[in-house]
Amino acid sequence: MATTQTLTPVMERQRRANMRRNAFYLALIVVGLLAPFVAYPVFLMKVLTFALFACAFNLLLGYAGLLSFGHAAFLATGGYVTGYLLSSYPGLTPELGILVGTGAAVLLGVAFGALAIRRQGIYFAMVTLALAQLMFFFYIQAPFTGGEDGLHGVPRGDLFGFISLRSNLAMYYFVFAIFLIGFAIVQRAVHSPFGQVLKAIRENEPRAVSLGYNVDAYKLLAFVISAGLAGLAGSTKTIVFQLASLTDAHWHMSGEVILMTLLGGVGTLFGPVVGASLVVSLQHMLAQSPMGNWVNVILGLIFVICVLSFRSGIVGEIIKMYRKNFR
Amino acid sequence: MTFIKKTLASSIAIAAAAALAATSAQAEISDGEVRIGYLADMSGTYRDLAGPGGLEALRMAVEDFGGSVNGAPIEVFSADDRNSADVGANTVREWVDTRNVDMVAGMVASSVTIAVTNVLEANDKLGIISGSAASSITNEHCTPNHIHWVYDTYPLANGTAKAIVDQGGDSWFMLTADYAFGHALEGDVTRVVEESGGEVVGGVRHPFPTDDFSSYILQAQGSGAKIIGLANAGADTVNAISTAAQFGVVEAGQQLAGLLVFLNDVHAMGLETTQGLLLTTGWYWNMDDEAREWSERYYERMNRMPTMVQAGVYSSTMHYLKAVEATGSDDATTVREYMMEQPINDFFARNGRLREDGRMIHDMYLAEVKSPADSTGEWDLYEILATIPAEEAYRPLSESQCKLVQN
Repeated sequence: MATTQTLTPVMERQRRANMRRNAFYLALIVVGLLAPFVAYPVFLMKVLTFALFACAFNLLLGYAGLLSFGHAAFLATGGYVTGYLLSSYPGLTPELGILVGTGAAVLLGVAFGALAIRRQGIYFAMVTLALAQLMFFFYIQAPFTGGEDGLHGVPRGDLFGFISLRSNLAMYYFVFAIFLIGFAIVQRAVHSPFGQVLKAIRENEPRAVSLGYNVDAYKLLAFVISAGLAGLAGSTKTIVFQLASLTDAHWHMSGEVILMTLLGGVGTLFGPVVGASLVVSLQHMLAQSPMGNWVNVILGLIFVICVLSFRSGIVGEIIKMYRKNFR
Repeated sequence: MTFIKKTLASSIAIAAAAALAATSAQAEISDGEVRIGYLADMSGTYRDLAGPGGLEALRMAVEDFGGSVNGAPIEVFSADDRNSADVGANTVREWVDTRNVDMVAGMVASSVTIAVTNVLEANDKLGIISGSAASSITNEHCTPNHIHWVYDTYPLANGTAKAIVDQGGDSWFMLTADYAFGHALEGDVTRVVEESGGEVVGGVRHPFPTDDFSSYILQAQGSGAKIIGLANAGADTVNAISTAAQFGVVEAGQQLAGLLVFLNDVHAMGLETTQGLLLTTGWYWNMDDEAREWSERYYERMNRMPTMVQAGVYSSTMHYLKAVEATGSDDATTVREYMMEQPINDFFARNGRLREDGRMIHDMYLAEVKSPADSTGEWDLYEILATIPAEEAYRPLSESQCKLVQN
């Protein structure tokens, strides 16, 4: 009885924090549900798919401390496999296409991960980059991808065979649901004992080994989850835009996702979402403005400013400020 | 009774009026505005080829047309496609959904073009492509909703290869970019060279993209072929030509045949590097008085001479606006049909005609890059050697795989 009483204030604080967090998530979900009535749905879908891609990448860099420079390969693999299946087999429903596409990315993740996690730091990044370039050259040569022309005219089809996705609004809610599932997986992974071990490996790998953890297995699992989620983002993106192209396989895409994650805040749950929204919106707005010629320069400047003045990214800085002033 | 009769009569009248309004609305300009979207690479590798210059050419056409068609103002907006198919398709989809765009102009990278034409077909809007090279755009990827205006790889390969063999360049070495586009170009050239009585003595494929061409150029030199054909594009072509210049290929007696070389590439590399290069072009700013006059107006605004793509944007927009004016409609099918009926002869296109597959065929030109000694100014770059008649230049309809052509 006495112990319960001494614990009560701690538990009470924990309970309040949980409530605040749940209320925050709920508010965001409401915003997500209402968003397509305010903004253009296809644009929002693009933001969501890239946000999911960045979350997948962040799981690896932010929580396991592994900088992959080849995540475009998983995005493209998901996209191409889904696109190819849906356009070749018209009876296939989109959710099955997405499942197979994600599965292909998972398999590729196992193969790449098994090779790449044997090295650390810059060597890890180089190995992933090299493997991703291998995939790029494969996709440019493979007949089913359409080479540099890309894979076009992928049908959106009917979800579960009876919900038509031809309307942008229906498509949006489908993409939103996929994003929520992906985000929930990342959230669960990070806050589980598995996530704690990942953080331990990130902070001090030899110590994690000495504590008896099978570090390689943990790293591989993180790599595979991340690859699978990136593939999920790619598959979804292909259905949204009804095409898959080499842009997704190019190493620029691997770089862009790093930019999104660092800008938003690496190692924070919402950082990649904010970063992806910012980068995609900037590209979108600048492309249609007279400043269009300067997109890359402006993004570069923002990145430089971000790295120089607020290193933990936008969300990282906000969290820091919140902790300093309200705790 | 009379009341019923009256209501019946008036409701019939209302229905008739409504039906009349509906039919006349079809032949009208939607929203009372002609909306033209310009989509191109504004910041990447194709910036100088199409980019802001193409937008300026489009604006010139709209100004020269008077800014309105049959009293309906012409609105122009633009976007950068960043050479990405999903950005391009997304932008056009948004234009269709939120701005009710009538015509989309520009378009360079073939992946962007094919993605955009799919969106246009699904929404029944018109696209006029000026920048893309791929001949597949009016072949297996043709739609009733787009038109390919300036050039494609078929006349480039055909024109250049045939003319060179006729001039005595009968042994070829092919330097090919190792992907579908390069393979197709290599196949076209090989066929034409062999049909014209020449021979392809060897070839090498390089990865896409490549920075270091030295070993390939050495192989080409060692082959003893008279002509080195460059079946690649963009930065690869520029790198190959620069490397060839460093190795003294032209001085040693071999000649380069560029299949996809544009005025801005030659201008950027300089005559020292590119002299003697043979190429096929759809248009050249200094080819005659009419072309020169337009180009000088363009030069005053952009401080650069126009490429064939930029001139083509002006020419195609003019033809489009005339069709909108004549038909009184901005409906894609109506306008495209009218555009097909009218022959095209302006400062850009000679003996021009729009075919049912969407290909605008017009005379093409074989050009040689001048030597620095012969050039009289910064932009005096080509000498036109021969004219390739429209009907001979492009892929004949009998070979077409387009779904709109009955074979």
